[in-house]
Amino acid sequence: MSDPKWQLNRRDTLKLIASTAAVAPTLEAMAQARARSATDPDLLHPTVPWRLVLTSDELTVLAALSDVIIPADERSPSAATLGCHHFIDEYVSAPYPANQDALALLRSGLAWLSDATNTRFEQPFIALSAQERNVLCEEIKWIQTASKENLIGAEFFALVRNLVSAAFWTTLEGMADLGYVGNRPSVNFDGPDAELLAQIGVKSL
Amino acid sequence: MRRDQVHQTLYDAIVIGSGAGGGMSAYILATAGLKVLMLEAGRAYDPVTETPMFNLPKDAPLRGAGTPDKPFGYYDATVDGGWSVPGEPYSQGSDDPDREFRWWRARMLGGRTNHWGRISLRMGEYDFKPYSRDGLGFDWPISYADLAPYYDKTELLIGVYGSNEGLENTPDSPPGVLMPPPKARGYERLTQQACRDLGIPVIPAHLAILSEKQDHESIPPRLFPGNELAQRVTRDSMRSRSACFWATDCGRGCSIKANFQSTTVLIPPALATGNLDIVTDAMVREITLDAQGRANGVLYIDKVSGQERAAKARVVVVAASAAESARIFLNSKSALFPNGLANDSGLVGKYLMDTVGAGVGGQIPALESLPPHNEDGASAMHMYIPWWKYQEQLRGELDFARGYHIELYGGRRMPTSGTFRGLERFTEGAFGKNFKDACRRFYGSFLWYEGRGEMIPNDDCYAEIDSSTVDRWGIPVLKFHWKWGDHEINQAAHMHKTIAEIFEAMGGRVTSPVHSDGAKAIAKGGQIIHEVGGLIMGSDQKRSVLNEYCQSWAVPNVFVTDGAPFVSNADKNPTLTIMALAWRTSEYIVEQLKQRDL
Repeated sequence: MSDPKWQLNRRDTLKLIASTAAVAPTLEAMAQARARSATDPDLLHPTVPWRLVLTSDELTVLAALSDVIIPADERSPSAATLGCHHFIDEYVSAPYPANQDALALLRSGLAWLSDATNTRFEQPFIALSAQERNVLCEEIKWIQTASKENLIGAEFFALVRNLVSAAFWTTLEGMADLGYVGNRPSVNFDGPDAELLAQIGVKSL
Repeated sequence: MRRDQVHQTLYDAIVIGSGAGGGMSAYILATAGLKVLMLEAGRAYDPVTETPMFNLPKDAPLRGAGTPDKPFGYYDATVDGGWSVPGEPYSQGSDDPDREFRWWRARMLGGRTNHWGRISLRMGEYDFKPYSRDGLGFDWPISYADLAPYYDKTELLIGVYGSNEGLENTPDSPPGVLMPPPKARGYERLTQQACRDLGIPVIPAHLAILSEKQDHESIPPRLFPGNELAQRVTRDSMRSRSACFWATDCGRGCSIKANFQSTTVLIPPALATGNLDIVTDAMVREITLDAQGRANGVLYIDKVSGQERAAKARVVVVAASAAESARIFLNSKSALFPNGLANDSGLVGKYLMDTVGAGVGGQIPALESLPPHNEDGASAMHMYIPWWKYQEQLRGELDFARGYHIELYGGRRMPTSGTFRGLERFTEGAFGKNFKDACRRFYGSFLWYEGRGEMIPNDDCYAEIDSSTVDRWGIPVLKFHWKWGDHEINQAAHMHKTIAEIFEAMGGRVTSPVHSDGAKAIAKGGQIIHEVGGLIMGSDQKRSVLNEYCQSWAVPNVFVTDGAPFVSNADKNPTLTIMALAWRTSEYIVEQLKQRDL
C-alpha cells in the first residue's frame, strides 16, 4: 500500500506544514472552531435544544388522535406508528411566541376533549371505540362548521391536524406515499414527458 | 495572517463588507495586484463544508420551519441574520405599521449572497433613464451601454442560465455568455400556455446557477486579457465549480459551488492571489480622515475582544449593504463633515428603496393527482414573466408608471411542514382516510406567484441616525422612515389582479385575497430584501453623494460598491447590477491608483 516515495520523514513534514502555512488561507480554515448559538446552529448535525414539556398522558391522547387524523392504509402506516405525536411535543415546547401560543391552545384543547368525552361517553378519549372517536372528531373537524360550544375543540383539532400532517408527510414513508421523487442528483433535468404534459392539458405547439 | 500585522499594514484598499459588492470589489482589486483588507461584521463561513445539501426536514428542529432565530428555515444558509439581529436594533420613524421598514441583515462572510434567490436580470436602457422617460425619479449618470460590458463579464464569471428573447427593455446577452436554461416544469408550461391567450410572455428565467460546467480555459482570458494572476486564480476557481445536479435548495447554499455565492465564486480566487487579508467579526464604526480631508482608513470593533481597532488604507471601498453603508457615512463625523462623511449635500441616507412585492396563491385542478415526477430542477424558477406593458405605460393607460415581473413558484417540491397547512379549506375539514387521500390529490397543485416591481425613489423613504440608541458595540443605530407612493400601491393591486387572471386562465382557483386596494396587497418596505439607495450617484455634485464611478464627490478616495449608489430600483433584482457596477468601479480604482490620482 504505502509507496516509499510518498512516505515523508519528520523534516519533510515540517517543511510541508511551513509551506502550507505560507500560502493564502482558505475559507475552510477560517470558518473552523466557533461557538454555536440559536442563530448559528450546526446545520449538518441538528438537535432540538429545548426541553419537551408534554406529559406521557397528554402524549397518549395525542397519539390516538394522530391516528384518527392519519390512519394506516394500503400505502403507508399511521401517524403515531411513525412517532408524529412526538413532533407535536417538539413544536409546542419550542421557546418562540407562536409555539407558546400553540401550547396554550393544545392544553385548553386537551381539557376540552377530556370534558367532552367524559360528558358524552363517560370515558376518556383513549377508551373510546374508533366509531365514537370519529363521531366526536366530525363535530370539530372544521372551524367553519363547528358549533359555538365546540369552537375550542375545532381550533385544537386544526392545530393537531396541521402538526400531524407536517410531521407525517416529511417522513421518508410520507414522502414516498406522496410520490416525491426528488432530492437526488442527476446529470440532466429531464422536465415533464409528453404523456405528463398531455395529462395536464399542455397542447404541443 | 495575524491580526496585529493587519494593523501595521498600509493597504491599497479596505473593503467593508463581503457580499455581492464587497466580494466583487475585493476580487477585482486583489487580482489587479493591489493589497486589500476585507472587513466583515459577521463570522467566517465556508459553504463547501457547512452546507446541509441533502438533509431532510424531518431531521431538523420543527421540520426545518422558520423561527425568529432562523427566519427562512433551519437549513437556510443565513446564520446570525434576519429581520432582527440580537444586540443590533434599529428604530422606526413612525408607529404606523404601513410605514414600517424591515431591515434584513446577514452577519456572515458573503452576506446575503449565501441565501439569495439567484435571480439575475439586467436592467435595460429605460431603467437607467427613467426620469427622461416619464419625468419621475432620477436618471442614472450612466447608461445601459456603459454597464453592458460589465454585465457581460459578470455573467461569464458567475455563470447565469437564461435565454435571449429580444424583448423590450429586457436586454439580450451577447452570444455565448448565458448558459442554456433548464427545461420548463409542467406547471410552468401550463402557465405559458394560459398566458399566451392573455398576451403575457413567459420566458426562461435568468438565474446565477451553472446549468453546465464553465469553460475554465476560455473564459478567464476573455475576462482578464494580459493579467496572468487574475486568469490563474479564476481558472482554478472555475475548475473547482460543478454544474448543477438538479437537486437541493439553493437557499441553503451550495457545497458543489454550482450557484453563485460570494463565498464560492469571488472570495476564494481573491484569497488565492495572496493579496487579500480578511478580518471577520469586524464591525466598522466609521471612516477616518487625515488632515487634508482624505480618507486614511477605518475604525472598527473587533467583536471577539470588544476592542476598537484602526486599519489604514489609501482607498476605502464601502459595501456594507445600502443602509449599513449609509450608517457608516452618517457615523463618520469630523470637523470637516459634522453631519457625517460627504453629507454636505444632506443626501446621505436619502432615497432608500426596496422592491414592490405582492403575491397570490392558486390551486390548479389540472395539476392534481399526477403520477410521480421530479420537479426539483434548479430549485428556483426555470421560467418567469418579464414586464410586458411598456407601451401601454408610455401611452398613460395604466395608473402606475413602472413595470414589474412575476416570479413563479410551485410544483412537487420536497414536502415541508407547511405543504398541507390550510388544506381544510379544500376538504371541509377532512380527517382520516379522506384527509390522507386529499393530501395525495392536492400535492403539487398549489402555486404561489409573486409580483416584483420597480419603486420610484421618494422624499419620505430614508434612514437617519437615531441619536437615542446605540447597538451593543456602542455604535449609533439607524432610524428608518418609509412611505410607499401611489405608483407602487397601484402597481401592487395590478399584480394581484393579473396573477388572479393567470390562475383563472389555467382553470384554477385563487386561494389568497386579491386586493383592489394595493395598500393591502403590498409587502412592507424592506421585506423583499432589495434595499438600495441611500448614497445615490449622479452627475450633479449638489444632487448626489457619488459620481458616475460611485466615487464620493466630497472625499474622492472613498467609493461605494453595494446597492447604495442606485438612483432607481427597476423590477430587475439588484444583485447582478450591484456586481456589474462594483466591477466597473473597481477597475476605475485600479486605474486611478496606477495613475496616482488617488
